Amino acid sequence: MRDIFRGFGAVFYKETLHVRRDFGTLFFSLIIPLLQMLLLGYGIDTNIRQINTVVFNADGRRESRELLDRLKNSDTFHLVRYVNTDHEMNEMIIAGKARVGIKIPVDYSDKLLHKMSAQVLVLIDGSDSSVAGQAINVTTSIGLDESLRRVLVNNETFAVDMRPKLLFNPDSRSPNFFLPGLTAILLLNVTTFLTAFSIVREKERGTLEQLFVTPVRPMGLLLGKLLPYLVIGFFELCMILTFMRFAFHVPIHGSAILLAFLSLPYIFVSLSLGILISSKANSQSEAMQLAFLTILPSIFFSGYIFPRETMPRIFYVISYFVPASYFINITRGVILRGAGITHLWIDALALFAMGTFLLVIAARRFQNKVIMA
Amino acid sequence: MSANNSKTNGEPDGTDPAISARGLVRKFGNFTAVNDVSFTVARGEIFGFLGPNGSGKTTVIKMLTGLLPLSGGEASVEGLNVRTDAERVRERIGYMSQNFSLYPDLSVKENLTFYGRVYGLSPDRLKKRMDDVIQMNGLEPYLDRLGAQLSGGWKQRLALGCAMLHEPKLLFLDEPTAGIDPVARRQLWDLLFELSGHGITFFVTTHYMDEAERCSHVAYIYYAKLIADGTPNSLRELPDVTPQGTMRVEITTPEVTRALKIARQIQGIRSATIFGQSIHALIDDHFNLEDLREQLQKQGITVAEIRPLAPSLEDVFVELTRKNQNNQSEAVRA
Repeated sequence: MRDIFRGFGAVFYKETLHVRRDFGTLFFSLIIPLLQMLLLGYGIDTNIRQINTVVFNADGRRESRELLDRLKNSDTFHLVRYVNTDHEMNEMIIAGKARVGIKIPVDYSDKLLHKMSAQVLVLIDGSDSSVAGQAINVTTSIGLDESLRRVLVNNETFAVDMRPKLLFNPDSRSPNFFLPGLTAILLLNVTTFLTAFSIVREKERGTLEQLFVTPVRPMGLLLGKLLPYLVIGFFELCMILTFMRFAFHVPIHGSAILLAFLSLPYIFVSLSLGILISSKANSQSEAMQLAFLTILPSIFFSGYIFPRETMPRIFYVISYFVPASYFINITRGVILRGAGITHLWIDALALFAMGTFLLVIAARRFQNKVIMA
Repeated sequence: MSANNSKTNGEPDGTDPAISARGLVRKFGNFTAVNDVSFTVARGEIFGFLGPNGSGKTTVIKMLTGLLPLSGGEASVEGLNVRTDAERVRERIGYMSQNFSLYPDLSVKENLTFYGRVYGLSPDRLKKRMDDVIQMNGLEPYLDRLGAQLSGGWKQRLALGCAMLHEPKLLFLDEPTAGIDPVARRQLWDLLFELSGHGITFFVTTHYMDEAERCSHVAYIYYAKLIADGTPNSLRELPDVTPQGTMRVEITTPEVTRALKIARQIQGIRSATIFGQSIHALIDDHFNLEDLREQLQKQGITVAEIRPLAPSLEDVFVELTRKNQNNQSEAVRA
């Protein structure tokens, strides 16, 4: 019952030597997240533009051409082909060459001139819900606008004029929203493996068994392993943030120092998670599989892709147990909204508590494992 | 700091045996890996622990070092109960596992420094102990070499060095000579004798019979049960090894294979095995050695020499194993 951290100094010393000796491999594993960010940052654009659209304009007069111009200028639709039959239009959609089909009937202009309601058929491929949603929104609002313009005579104004203003990300740039979340996922990915592999390697070599015959205590062993990788994880975070700021021009509205400070509890959680994995896994491939098991929930339940608030209740509850949820709240908070410590301390505290919990569980498992091996 | 405390704590006063095991039992589910094993190892002994693979040798070591809880029985190491005082036991012992567990990416010096710190040696003491251990194991020329670049023999010396940095009075060596060359094997044993002369106790498991012969005390475990325990000489004199009315002889002949076939058919020869250029046989003791020579020569075997022979430890273990198997099969039948 003497010192529960016994052996911490020795293990820390040894672990820094491992890191120095194998710096090349380590550095390479730190570069990979930057490459992933490069791919995802440029590849993913959540704004939907230029949807392939096929047009069957049976009318062909000035009013119909004006409507088509307005659709084209919305930047949402890209008119790929004009066809002359319903059949051709359907074929284009079925073949996937167009996602939207617009049919202007032969009497469109006539009905407008006679102040009657003119119908326009908009066929939408519903297989991608976000594309379909965007197409519906834009076509209905253009229709509404067109109608109002015709009803309101001369200089009359709209009775209600909604003026939406986007805060924090006025241009709706995808990287601004996407990369702060991605930071959390990439960081989790790297750091979990660092500690998991470090301990499993000792199991494979048999050195762990040797350590258990010495007076080293599990907590001393685990913290001695964790601390060097906390430094490396922090270094990795700084690289990712620098990359995000200068390669993708994502402005950091809040304090970068605060962000760095609040990331420490998150790195601590993911390192502890790696340690917990290593208490179960006996080989590096087993550790890798277990680590991947933790990464998928972090992607889907953390709010990185789907907003947490709109999740079914059960998944919303689950999201509270996913560390990335808290950290994404921190990164988006500081980077996009300029939030300060008063808004985010509770997230940091939750992460710290989770990390401590995982580490204690892992230490207990190692204590028992000593005894089971 | 802990090493200094050990004296002032005052409990183990040096009169207890190095190891005392009473009725050790270890079960894994339904499987009994160690069954009612008792033995005592006095201080300064080289205790050879032998047995076939999977018979429970390593399990016993793990129980004595506090890695595995006992399912039954009692054990004390250096006067400390392993059930209740495992941590203090670990401070006092050294352990070298089967595969010389070292860090291949750390140099010899770094490996030693790490283990020294693990045992909490003060910087001054660590430096002094490292010098001692380096000198004793002849590691001087390799200090900056990485663990991975050492040959088997040097790995083993480094592992031994790491295990004795904190001056343990008792060292557990689990198959220390598996897979190393004969010269290194000989050198290791020379070192063990030297250290044992300074009062250090060794608990050594091995497969090699010649190593067993060098131990001052041997025990043989066979499928979870201890079937022999004593000095090599006392084991050789066990009545079970050379039953009443029999004697062992060595027959030297150039045609061992053919001679063995014939010998096994001669009345009065109970068993026979080849040893290099000779046959070791267990014969009825009223058998005249000259008669035996004549009988063999009649069959066309040239016999160079026949002489009485003391049983080797291998004979001892073969006989005891056979007897144990018979007992077991009888027990099953009954």
